[in-house]
Amino acid sequence: MIDASIAELSASLRAKRFSSVELTQAHLARIESLDGKLNAFISVDAGRAIADARAADDSIGKGENGALTGIPIAHKDILVTAGMRTTCGSRMLANYTSPFDAHVVDRLARAGTVLLGKTNMDEFAMGSSSETSYFGPVRNPWHLDYVPGGSSGGSAAAVAARLVAGGTGTDTGGSIRQPAAMSGVCGLKPTYGVCSRYGLVAFASSLDQAGPFARSAEDLALLLNAMAGHDPRDSTSLERAEEDYARLIREDRGAKPLADIRIGLPAEYFGAGVDAAVARAIDEALAVFRTLGAETVAVALPNVKLAIPVYYVIAPAEASSNLSRFDGVRYGHRAATYADLADMYAKTRAEGFGAEVKRRILVGTYVLSHGYYDAYYLKAQQVRRLIADDFRAAYAKCDAIAGPTSPTAAFKIGAKSDDPVQMYLNDIFTIAANLTGAPALSIPCGFDRSGLPIGLQLQGPAFTEAKLLDVAHRFQQATDWHRRFPAGTE
Amino acid sequence: MSWEVVIGLETHAQLSTASKIFSGASTAFGAAPNTQASAVDIALPGVLPVLNRGAVERAIRFGLAVGGTISRRSVFARKNYFYPDLPKGYQISQYEVPVVQGGTLTIAAAEGEQVVRLTRAHLEEDAGKSLHEDYHGMSGIDLNRAGTPLLEIVSEPELRSAADAVTYARTLHALVRWIGICDGNMQEGSFRCDANVSVRRQGDSKLGTRCEIKNLNSFRFLQHAIEFEVRRQIELIEDGGTVVQETRLYDPDRGETRPMRGKEDAQDYRYFPDPDLPPLAIDEAWIEREKKYMPELPQAMRARFVATYALPAHDAAALTADRETAGYFEAAVESLGGDRTTAGKLVANWMLGELAAALNRDGRTIASASIHADGLAALLRRIADGTISGKMGKEVFEAMWAGERGGDADAIIAANGLQQISDAGAIDKVVDDVLAANAAIVAEFRAGKEKAFQSLVGRAMAATKGKADPAKVNVALKRKLAD
Repeated sequence: MIDASIAELSASLRAKRFSSVELTQAHLARIESLDGKLNAFISVDAGRAIADARAADDSIGKGENGALTGIPIAHKDILVTAGMRTTCGSRMLANYTSPFDAHVVDRLARAGTVLLGKTNMDEFAMGSSSETSYFGPVRNPWHLDYVPGGSSGGSAAAVAARLVAGGTGTDTGGSIRQPAAMSGVCGLKPTYGVCSRYGLVAFASSLDQAGPFARSAEDLALLLNAMAGHDPRDSTSLERAEEDYARLIREDRGAKPLADIRIGLPAEYFGAGVDAAVARAIDEALAVFRTLGAETVAVALPNVKLAIPVYYVIAPAEASSNLSRFDGVRYGHRAATYADLADMYAKTRAEGFGAEVKRRILVGTYVLSHGYYDAYYLKAQQVRRLIADDFRAAYAKCDAIAGPTSPTAAFKIGAKSDDPVQMYLNDIFTIAANLTGAPALSIPCGFDRSGLPIGLQLQGPAFTEAKLLDVAHRFQQATDWHRRFPAGTE
Repeated sequence: MSWEVVIGLETHAQLSTASKIFSGASTAFGAAPNTQASAVDIALPGVLPVLNRGAVERAIRFGLAVGGTISRRSVFARKNYFYPDLPKGYQISQYEVPVVQGGTLTIAAAEGEQVVRLTRAHLEEDAGKSLHEDYHGMSGIDLNRAGTPLLEIVSEPELRSAADAVTYARTLHALVRWIGICDGNMQEGSFRCDANVSVRRQGDSKLGTRCEIKNLNSFRFLQHAIEFEVRRQIELIEDGGTVVQETRLYDPDRGETRPMRGKEDAQDYRYFPDPDLPPLAIDEAWIEREKKYMPELPQAMRARFVATYALPAHDAAALTADRETAGYFEAAVESLGGDRTTAGKLVANWMLGELAAALNRDGRTIASASIHADGLAALLRRIADGTISGKMGKEVFEAMWAGERGGDADAIIAANGLQQISDAGAIDKVVDDVLAANAAIVAEFRAGKEKAFQSLVGRAMAATKGKADPAKVNVALKRKLAD
């Protein structure tokens, strides 16, 4: 049962082939036996999970079940949960428990999911490898010496290793899509404002967006159906009519289901710097899309090369302010001894934050400083608009843009730890979607010579999640990359 | 050498919303520490601000009242600094684009009416409170006030004396209360001023170096702080020193200002637009809606009182000190009826005389006056129609104030037999009795002693326990003595 997709599990639960309690126990058993190696979880609460599963079985018994009732999931440990600590992978919050649930946590709970635990991540979501966690690095289920990608590497690894059927992540510059690619699972960053940020511990407020991890595009749609929705507590949450993100997936469109889809291929995503194995896998995927009826067209994104510098101004700027609340006064870590107030702040934050978080706070403080604001932050916001203009122009010629999610497959743990710029380049293809607020997803499309997964990214204009998920789903109907499971952990 | 004083004020007016500017927590004053601090106010991980439209409504009304430009789009910004009573590590304020730009406030300055220009008014949240006493060397933090909505109103540096600065602050204080956006309670910190003070030699066009005096929460402190600061700066320059730009605190116990932080310690607040809050959009329809809530403004009402009731300007000003007083006046005039000028004059005299004295004596405001407008009008009606004398009226007023006979003027007059005796026959009889009983005084009068006449009037009044109409007694006496 652990190999099945959420859609299949849901059908089995409905047919009472097994109960949610049995399903949950099977997953808890896998966590028990495998997570010692993977370190995908920071917290696991078996008692709560079994209680959730019992409640789900009751609902199923009464015929009140939805598509996610009884499905075991995990949340990235940056989404706050009442009754289970939320650490953000940081010493600063190592013992912090929120009195309330994040909006997406609450919505998934109401949909009947069973919460197994909270997943490991780069500290405060700052990283592309899930190595910067105070709770130690997450390991890639396909090869334990490799990173799973980041920052939502715990959720990606847990879904890949089938410790859970699905999970949540957050994506500020690629933190769902890049680990999805490197861990061989599916991940979606919705349009900014589709999922409420209430209860998502802020990294970069104008870029952060929660989204689902799963093993198929269809499962992503089912999870997004539960997660999306207006929340008056988040002023950037959008008021839109409820949408069924799986509606296009359910359509029967014959052998050429993508006949009216034009897929844009930006030269900027296929040039130097992309690993040969990745380029080959993407080319093969594009051939599949053509077989399914899609047309591929060349598009240009001349300013997209500026996405990384723009991002590394805006994201640290917002982060430097967002992380100011971690001051040792009201909650979280506080230094044991200090001379005065300034010393309390300095020691608390020096001890509570790791190196990468400090680096970004320093960069962010610098770019917002008097005399530098115009040159950095303001300029970055202007370039951000130029990048959005590029995409608008491209979407006049195509429905979606395809390319590699990441220029390489996963790298070895420690390989890029000392070189932040190399680390930042991992997100070269994913960052633009955060800067423009547009939706984007990653699905598995092959492996490199070491047997490490490769991901394909699909991006579209705002609110085209259903279409992107449908395109991904048609690809998965024609291929089985998403049905491959890692043997590295077992 | 004479000096010119240059003052600009930054005033924080707490907006009178029931809940905070970015959370649903109550803004009520005086609750136990940290009982009115929600997850948002404490800045727990994951919380987000949601703008309270009530705060915006009040800012719009202020903009309308001062004739400022209401920004169709204004931006909330983060002002970043660390302090234990600032939970997020930043204050949400408005920086580059405030909600109200420009506007004016007309004040009665020492040298006559002055139109003071306003720079801007912007919305922001208050911080919490740090309590440094009673914690055995530690500091206590109370976050009840954190997130309270404030309108910071900034004047141009156009005030020229401590007295004018106080007049400006009083006028602004009256205005924000008048339009109902701030309760103006200074003890509770609902209205407080920062004063930017500099001096320059008369005739200099360049402004002197300024000092900012923070957090003056009474008009008296404002006056004393500025007076001290002006003296300090002038003495410093005259002794060959230079004023250093700095932030100073006023110590009311010592009556002096002292440095809080210098320019070199000035913090870099790293302002940037708050990504959690979309720009604040205010359309024409919203402004039109707020216009409906705008009362007649004090300046316009003052002019109308002068025109309609022929009141002297200073009476009109006193009667428009606040809306309750103005409302009381108009209600009493309306209730009294008759000629507007006569009624207006009578009501004004009594409000500024007896009523003001009684309020002052009992430390009450007009809203809690023992005599309502209708009651005062009932009393004045009896004076106007001659039932009682003005002198008797004062007695009746005191009885009403004390709540006798349910504060009913007519009942008090009847119960105490205070009706004026104005019947000619009755007065003639009293006068005859007085003349008969006081032959000696009559003789003095006839001998040319004018004072004897007043003595006879007094005896007639005494005989009626003061109830006789003194004018009629006069006439009757004169007539009979001439016989």
